[in-house]
Amino acid sequence: MASLIGSYSLSFGLLFSVFIIFFSVRNLRDNEILDKKIISFTIIQFFFVVISFFGLIISFINSDFSNETVFNHSHTTKPLFYKISGTWGNHEGSLLLWLLVLTLFISIFLLKSNQQPKRYRVFTLLFQQVIIIGFFIFLIKTSSPFNYIFPKPNEGLGLNPILQDPALAIHPPILYLGYVGSSIIFSSALAAMVTSYVSKEWAKHIKKWVLASWVFLTLGILLGSIWAYYELGWGGFWFWDPVENVSLMPWFALTTLLHCILVLEKKKILTSWAMILSIATFALSMSGTFLVRSGILNSVHTFANDPERGLFILIFLFTLIFLSIFIFIFFHSEKEKLENNFFWLSKETSILVNNWFMMYFLSVVLIGTIYPIFLEVITANKISVGPPFYNKLILPFLIPFLIAMAIGPNLNWVKSDFKDKFYMTIFLVISFLLSALIIKQFDINFLINTILVTSAFFLFFSTSREFFVKRFRNLSQNIAHFGFSLLILSILFNNIFSNEVITNLKIGETFKTEKLTINFENIEQEDEKNFKAIIGKFNVQNLDGSSDILNPELRIYNQPNIITSEADIKTNLLTDKFMTMNYVQNQEYFNIRYQVKPFMIWIWISVILISLGGFLSFFKKKYEI
Amino acid sequence: MKSRYIPSILILIFLITFVIFFKGLKNSNIYTPDTNLKKEVPSFELKSFENDSIVISEKIFQDNDYYFMNIWASWCIPCKEEHEFLMELKKNDKIQLVGFNYKDNFTNASSFLKDLGNPYDIILSDKDGTASIEWGAYGVPESFLVYQNKIIKRFIGPINNDDLLEIQKIIR
Amino acid sequence: MKFINIFLIVAIILNFNFLKADEIKTENKIAKNLRCLICQGQSVHDSDSEFAISLKIVIKNKIQEGLSEEQIYNFLKMKYGEWILYDPVFNRNTYFLWLLPILIFLAGGAIIIKRFYYKK
Repeated sequence: MASLIGSYSLSFGLLFSVFIIFFSVRNLRDNEILDKKIISFTIIQFFFVVISFFGLIISFINSDFSNETVFNHSHTTKPLFYKISGTWGNHEGSLLLWLLVLTLFISIFLLKSNQQPKRYRVFTLLFQQVIIIGFFIFLIKTSSPFNYIFPKPNEGLGLNPILQDPALAIHPPILYLGYVGSSIIFSSALAAMVTSYVSKEWAKHIKKWVLASWVFLTLGILLGSIWAYYELGWGGFWFWDPVENVSLMPWFALTTLLHCILVLEKKKILTSWAMILSIATFALSMSGTFLVRSGILNSVHTFANDPERGLFILIFLFTLIFLSIFIFIFFHSEKEKLENNFFWLSKETSILVNNWFMMYFLSVVLIGTIYPIFLEVITANKISVGPPFYNKLILPFLIPFLIAMAIGPNLNWVKSDFKDKFYMTIFLVISFLLSALIIKQFDINFLINTILVTSAFFLFFSTSREFFVKRFRNLSQNIAHFGFSLLILSILFNNIFSNEVITNLKIGETFKTEKLTINFENIEQEDEKNFKAIIGKFNVQNLDGSSDILNPELRIYNQPNIITSEADIKTNLLTDKFMTMNYVQNQEYFNIRYQVKPFMIWIWISVILISLGGFLSFFKKKYEI
Repeated sequence: MKSRYIPSILILIFLITFVIFFKGLKNSNIYTPDTNLKKEVPSFELKSFENDSIVISEKIFQDNDYYFMNIWASWCIPCKEEHEFLMELKKNDKIQLVGFNYKDNFTNASSFLKDLGNPYDIILSDKDGTASIEWGAYGVPESFLVYQNKIIKRFIGPINNDDLLEIQKIIR
Repeated sequence: MKFINIFLIVAIILNFNFLKADEIKTENKIAKNLRCLICQGQSVHDSDSEFAISLKIVIKNKIQEGLSEEQIYNFLKMKYGEWILYDPVFNRNTYFLWLLPILIFLAGGAIIIKRFYYKK
């Protein structure tokens, strides 16, 4: 029943797109003010999608297995929370969520843009409707969440246990808020070009949307990362997997846009650049969807792959790209006033430098992700591009980037001078000494690591100082930059100090290195509701005499029949101790992985700080000083 | 001049990208190594399955005979599927079957062979799976057709009737 | 040279544990740079598939046999193809992969510098 209502209301939603377009075009031609009907229709369309979405949620809650999506991804014994989150944990449901956010955002946009010119608002709505219609057709034609199965199966196939995790339950909605937020930026940039409204006012207006999408995208990526760390049992938080790269690319573009908008808001320069970035952000979000959903790339993420779906998104994506190139060429004219010259040492330049590096990082990730596809199509050779590639191309460039980031925010607009030379020099010297002292303790490449850590410390000190110097005048930016320096420091320390052991151990055996001793004491078996657990008891003795008890688990789920391994993680402010245990076919031993990961928790905290910075900026009335 | 150049290059780049993605959609995203490589048979030392005597590779693979090296395990479900074809292949006396018992235990493996028949002329046990890696294998079941100390064909996954016919055609 | 060799041998004998830690490090480094053929999104280091577990043993054995990192990569490349390496080799196939980002970086720098050049 719920499925039926959901299915119909989707079709009604699509019908309303037709009404909206009809009235919008008429409104553009005839009227000076915005027709109230258009807003109502947009909201009605949103409500239809809401009904459809709730229809799917209710089908999941009721375990209505006559619905194909529910059958494929749910099970009666699953906890209610994961039944609900299962709604968007699959291809069909997640697309419905996309559509929901698309219609929600355009409604909010229309309601919140009273002060903007009418033509600009209507054009934004029209471009947004192009995207919405595309998603409606995609959903209804190729991936309807309301397919009917007859006869009705008694039991569903269940949700993969590793997807049953609180972080992953809220990860897709948050991430989509970020992705879809960029669709508003895209439509509004096209509309601004068509109506020649690319101006300071536009920048001021769209900045809120940029900030909102950026905050959500940052948090979305963070949640995905947290899930990978706690659930996948590899003991890492970032793997340079295509799925991760695909979320990182729009993030780079959005971060660049965020900084670029600051300049545009202040004076009308860099307009073309802002337009290109607005288009690129959404194009990258869409290509991400294409790369992940079409199955063209090989990744840990497994959506049911269907070439027809891939083809649809591909054509849709390139239609949007060509539409925007067309609009950019024919409607956009760069009229920048000459008075807006700025000196080479100024805040404008520092933002340009930020944009420059961001674009470089973006291009590394983009090329690394799609190059294998190009190579295979052209030469039939298959290669893999993994972490070493990204590390080699990104790490060295991080050094000037961090230093520029430390200096940039202290510069004035238009023309500046190096300020606080004294403090900066002191900081640089302290940073260097500190890093050299730390790195010397470890048997790693001294030069590159010392310079990297020095630049990270330098940024850390200079952003810390700003809290005292500027007080609360520029708090949001300051927190975000401080968070970033903390993030880089934590990641570097995490990499440099981490210590890991992988070994095969029998029960009762002891493994020894000069740093630690792992004693595999025993195993216990426990029966839970939907899985059997084998819990290992390990005693890890450290060099300083302290010892930890770790209890990694193997879980044998009955529905679907999957063995997962649950890591046992002991977290404190300085380090995480991480242990997993894995079953090896027909051997008396288990495969044991033990990792000491310093500053793990600081990686999460610093990303939260970064997004907090963006969040605070949302409430700020005045532009950056 | 500038305004005409850049857009056309841009459009060209996107067109090429479109075509590449379009073609890429048809390729499988799962990687499988090349199956037609003429590689030397790796040398190895393994314990025999029945008793713990050490067997070296040079003893097994003689020059002018065909050998079918098959990696199997009693815990592997697809291995049961292919077993009837192995039994069929055994009937051909131009080829010898070499079994690699992969990460298995003796009791399970023997009862597996008791139930379904033993197609192998010789069985070696690859207790920790390292010898299979020397062959370039990465899963069970996997099979290699060997002639004159060279791997002439490789079968990833269970063999089926077509594979059987192909093998019989090659060794005829 | 000879002196260094002798020194190294003495260091090895006296400091067996130290070497062992080093071996673990190389082992992890190699495993991290290999892509698992079973669960194809993961590295051999991260993966817990049968294949990955066995391959880790092979790597350990090869290190103890005295093979260098490079030799182990070549060995595996021969067995499984270039695909298994996460760090793409710099060759005809990957010129663009390695150089394009750098070119983009240089082009970006050129555009920014040009801005100031024009103003003067």
